Amino acid sequence: MVMQAGMFIIGAGECGGRAALALRDLGYDGPVTLVGDEPHLPYERPPLSKEAMTGDAPAIKAIASDEILAERSIRHIHSVQAVAIDRATHSVRLSDGSTLPYDKLLLATGSLPRRLPMPGLGPRCVYLRTFNDALAIRAHLKAGNRVAIIGGGFIGLELAAAARKLGASVTVIEAQPRILMRGVPAEIADIIHQAHEAEGVKILTGQGIAAVADDGTDVRITLAGGSDIVADLAVIGIGAVPVTSLAAEAGLTIDNGIAVDAELRTSDPDIFAAGDCCSFPLAVYGRRVRLEAWRNAQEQGALAARNMLGAGEAHAAVPWFWSDQYGLTLQISGLSDEGRSTVRRDLDDGAFILFHLAEDGRLVAASGIGPGNAVARDIRLAEMLIARRAKPAPEALGSQTVKLKSLLAA
Amino acid sequence: MSDWVEACEAGDIDEEDVMRFDHGGRTFAIYRSPDDEYFATDGLCSHEKVHLADGLVLDDIIECPKHNGRFNYKTGQARGAPVCVNLRTYPVKVDAGKILIQLG
Repeated sequence: MVMQAGMFIIGAGECGGRAALALRDLGYDGPVTLVGDEPHLPYERPPLSKEAMTGDAPAIKAIASDEILAERSIRHIHSVQAVAIDRATHSVRLSDGSTLPYDKLLLATGSLPRRLPMPGLGPRCVYLRTFNDALAIRAHLKAGNRVAIIGGGFIGLELAAAARKLGASVTVIEAQPRILMRGVPAEIADIIHQAHEAEGVKILTGQGIAAVADDGTDVRITLAGGSDIVADLAVIGIGAVPVTSLAAEAGLTIDNGIAVDAELRTSDPDIFAAGDCCSFPLAVYGRRVRLEAWRNAQEQGALAARNMLGAGEAHAAVPWFWSDQYGLTLQISGLSDEGRSTVRRDLDDGAFILFHLAEDGRLVAASGIGPGNAVARDIRLAEMLIARRAKPAPEALGSQTVKLKSLLAA
Repeated sequence: MSDWVEACEAGDIDEEDVMRFDHGGRTFAIYRSPDDEYFATDGLCSHEKVHLADGLVLDDIIECPKHNGRFNYKTGQARGAPVCVNLRTYPVKVDAGKILIQLG
């Protein structure tokens, strides 16, 4: 009998971890191997910029415990990098010197923080991606400390909220004219901006950085306008780049990420890619995108698992993400820049939703903000309408007295 | 058993919807199904302690408002990532237009 090489997953984050579990949920009983370069169990990253900063005892939020991995016969190889894929022999070489075979391979290599391309960065200039990064940052978030955050995106703003909660003084520096330029409507970004200012965060928009000097204790950031900001810690959150080098070196097609088809298959039929690292055709808009979002990583991990087993299922989900800052939650389904006009629906307690409509009236995205989970239900309903390519009447979307659920039946 | 607690009026919950009910320092979610039956579960999602009553009811599923964890609210069964721990359910009865739940 020929030994089965089995399913091999590179990247033990949300996507890889979910894929491994999904293979077992689907009844696959061959070998499942999950390789990751971190020392931890597969864990959820969203808490790193939130609860892991402010909670009493920071701990990973594991996707699967050691017991579950053992019970489900998932071999988790941690603290090891995959260094090369040999497509001809269907094998992966690891940084510990071993070479392991695969029948089907999933690349769930994720993304890494975009580096600030400047000289002068030192030990007090840090990025957030891993749990260990979070611990290092957390050590500096305390009363009396000054934290500079370079980049007014979600990671930076969530960290700003956490730092304020812990009593540090915070300055956010954003090169664009406003925070959250990418993917968040100005009307909603304004609410978040005001919330931060009300909590004492100093936000500087439209400010490029001319120089950074880090002497190991203080970081001096010189703005293009000439003024200096001195901080005990500078956290750089200026976006993420997909991890594609392994795929590129193996000769797979790269196009703003590892290029996959609707079934998440790369240019090699036995290799799949999913999550932050891949670009894929998003059916609902008919264009290729790459998403850096928790739910996408989770859903694509599960979809890749189904297709590795031959399901032949096309990706059909609508993008969705959320952010928590202070008592506010933002949720967006769809990509708001697809819209050409906007309808506003006001909810209770100051919460509201912006529905983004295409030129032909099709609902393409919905962005909501409010206290707690005030917008969650309607954003979820909007997501279902987007998936159906519905063209709801703008008056109905704008009126709080018309239940969104009733539009689904239409 | 005398631990039936009055939670709300039957008409307080729309069909295929959910309402939060707090009692004795605990929080519950009470559901009215599309076929007009009532059910009750623990009120917080087993993933991250979020109030399920802010979530969406579709047929016999409640979706957590935060991360779309899904449960069958009739049985409490977790129905896929990120949730894996079932919800506890409680008996419900309708008596003279009132919803009563039996807290164990």
